[in-house]
Amino acid sequence: MNLAQMDQSTPLPDSSPMVNVAVFAGLIVVTLAVVYFVNSRSTSSDYFAAGSAFSGPQNGVALAGDFLSAASFLGIAGAIAVHGYDGFLYSIGFLVAWLVNLLLIAERLRNTGRFTMGDVLSFRMRRRPVRAASAVSTLMITCFYMIAQMAGAGGLVALLLDVRSEWGQALVIAVVGLVMVLYVLIGGMKGTTWVQIIKGALLLLSVTMITLFLLGKFGFSFSALLEQAAANNPLGSDIFAPGAKYGEDAVSKLDFVSLSLALVLGVAGLPHVLMRFYTVPSSREARRSVVWAIWLMSLFYLCTLVIGYGAAALVGSEKIANAPSGENSAAPLLAYEVGGTFLLGAVSAVAFATILAVVAGLTLTASASFAHDLYANVFKSNDAGPEAEVRVARRTAMVLGAVSVLGGILVSGQNIAFLVGLAFAFAASANLSTLVYTMFWRRFNTTGTLWGMYSGLGSCLLLVLFSPVVSGEPDSMIPGVDFALFPLNNPGIVAIPLSFVCGFIGTFLERSPEDDDRQAEMEVRSLTGVGAHSG
Amino acid sequence: MTNATPPPLRARSAERTGNAPASFGGIDKSATRRSTAAPDFTVIQRSEEFTRLRRRVRWFVFPMTILFLAWYIGYVLLAAYAHDFMAEPVVGKVNVGLLLGVLQFVTTVVITTIYVRFANRRIDPYADEIRQNVEDTEQ
Repeated sequence: MNLAQMDQSTPLPDSSPMVNVAVFAGLIVVTLAVVYFVNSRSTSSDYFAAGSAFSGPQNGVALAGDFLSAASFLGIAGAIAVHGYDGFLYSIGFLVAWLVNLLLIAERLRNTGRFTMGDVLSFRMRRRPVRAASAVSTLMITCFYMIAQMAGAGGLVALLLDVRSEWGQALVIAVVGLVMVLYVLIGGMKGTTWVQIIKGALLLLSVTMITLFLLGKFGFSFSALLEQAAANNPLGSDIFAPGAKYGEDAVSKLDFVSLSLALVLGVAGLPHVLMRFYTVPSSREARRSVVWAIWLMSLFYLCTLVIGYGAAALVGSEKIANAPSGENSAAPLLAYEVGGTFLLGAVSAVAFATILAVVAGLTLTASASFAHDLYANVFKSNDAGPEAEVRVARRTAMVLGAVSVLGGILVSGQNIAFLVGLAFAFAASANLSTLVYTMFWRRFNTTGTLWGMYSGLGSCLLLVLFSPVVSGEPDSMIPGVDFALFPLNNPGIVAIPLSFVCGFIGTFLERSPEDDDRQAEMEVRSLTGVGAHSG
Repeated sequence: MTNATPPPLRARSAERTGNAPASFGGIDKSATRRSTAAPDFTVIQRSEEFTRLRRRVRWFVFPMTILFLAWYIGYVLLAAYAHDFMAEPVVGKVNVGLLLGVLQFVTTVVITTIYVRFANRRIDPYADEIRQNVEDTEQ
């Protein structure tokens, strides 16, 4: 953190930190109360899948709430305000990606599995190695994602609560960790889903309001808004064309293509998104929930486009870039500009709720995978009862809370969008290839599954380790040394095809195909819903 | 399977159905139902109704996936390598890049709508029929 920069007077008015503290406290009290009253702790199905009792539209709002993280809301609006069009490219990738879920994954996953991604992947394979692999992949991806969100929380409160000391930020991260563990422990999946629904609704309402206010200021002429934005951005009219951020040379262009691939293919492999499909009673409701999510997110991302350029127009790109949390402050600063303390309070509440809710969803997913895949099916070879599973999941949630608080404090100040992009690359390369193969390719077997998952995870890890992210550049994690053999920041363009190829080769290394009966059962079940769990 | 004493029938059937339902034995309603008369999935898989359903699903989702991925990747490549084309103004400050970007949104919701209509009319009734048949013979 640059202290000289942070000593500058806060761009927000003096009274707002108190308002924001009150809003945050109120939000925590209200959501905890909701979580307490809807809680369901009786069975493992209640705890991990909310008894599959949510409707499609409810789960659609929750999906949007789960998916639109702080990186989406604050990060994209800020990126558009400062870099222009290149920020918009993120939102397109995030949105189009949902078609993979709609067409290929959601319904079949709902019909075949019960609590976790491992249920589907191990359905017709040798159970223990495949469960172990999917738990490893789930834990790695969710931890990356979670630490990114926690790091974002630190920067955000610096702006909204005017907490500037490192200790103060660490304390806030710890409070976030504590509250989210409470959500998960008290409410299980049902409570967490309601938090997502509240947060998703708040988020959509506030972005729609800001967008309407904004367009109103420009007489509902988007073109006039754009003109003003160009006038207030040092890049001028270049912010309407791609290339401001990723256009310098061949490497950065390729890096952009790699990131885009990871975004569009990553969503269908994100374990916390996949787990949401188990909270509805049938595959048809799972389909409806994706449709709702797609419509809501289209609205949301179109609004962030207006908000991003609007922030450039009304606040000015230089003021945003110099604010305490940089690009991430574009949306809050704009809210204050168009709606005063009231709208700022609303946006702060939404941003804070976003971090809490997303992190709670991730914690639940990771702990479910640990308890259900690793503990019950690998360590205990299926001897653990459902009560033991829930107990283990609860303890894991507490451990994960502690890990993510520590991780969040350590990486505080790292670029959130980068960490999230990395989680997407991991998800796309470790999970998507195996999910698609296991659902649609009869010959696919255990060896292929393991090759696909571990090659994706391993190549991602190695490529990131030897990328400019870790060393060789002034803003790398280890700036002094240079062992960056791989030029791209995002490994997607190599790792994703590699995992598809390795899954294919691995399949043919094992001579005998897997159990034909199980394959038949899986295929019939995934397409027709025969025998699917309904509660 | 070289166990000296064969496991009781119930346990063996739990083993065969594997990890999904049987691991929750006592609390799960479907586990008891399935252990009595599990449907023969291989027969269903080979039946004409099911192969027709599967063909129908695949003929829709695979080409559609290829289509939207190609359109998205084409757009990304234009954004990465054809800056001048994307900066071409169309109306006022709105240029080709912005229009193509918004068009990605439009195609996404259009594909969603088409798929839902297709699934409602051409998949769900047939899937329901197969499921109904299985559940009837089970009882």
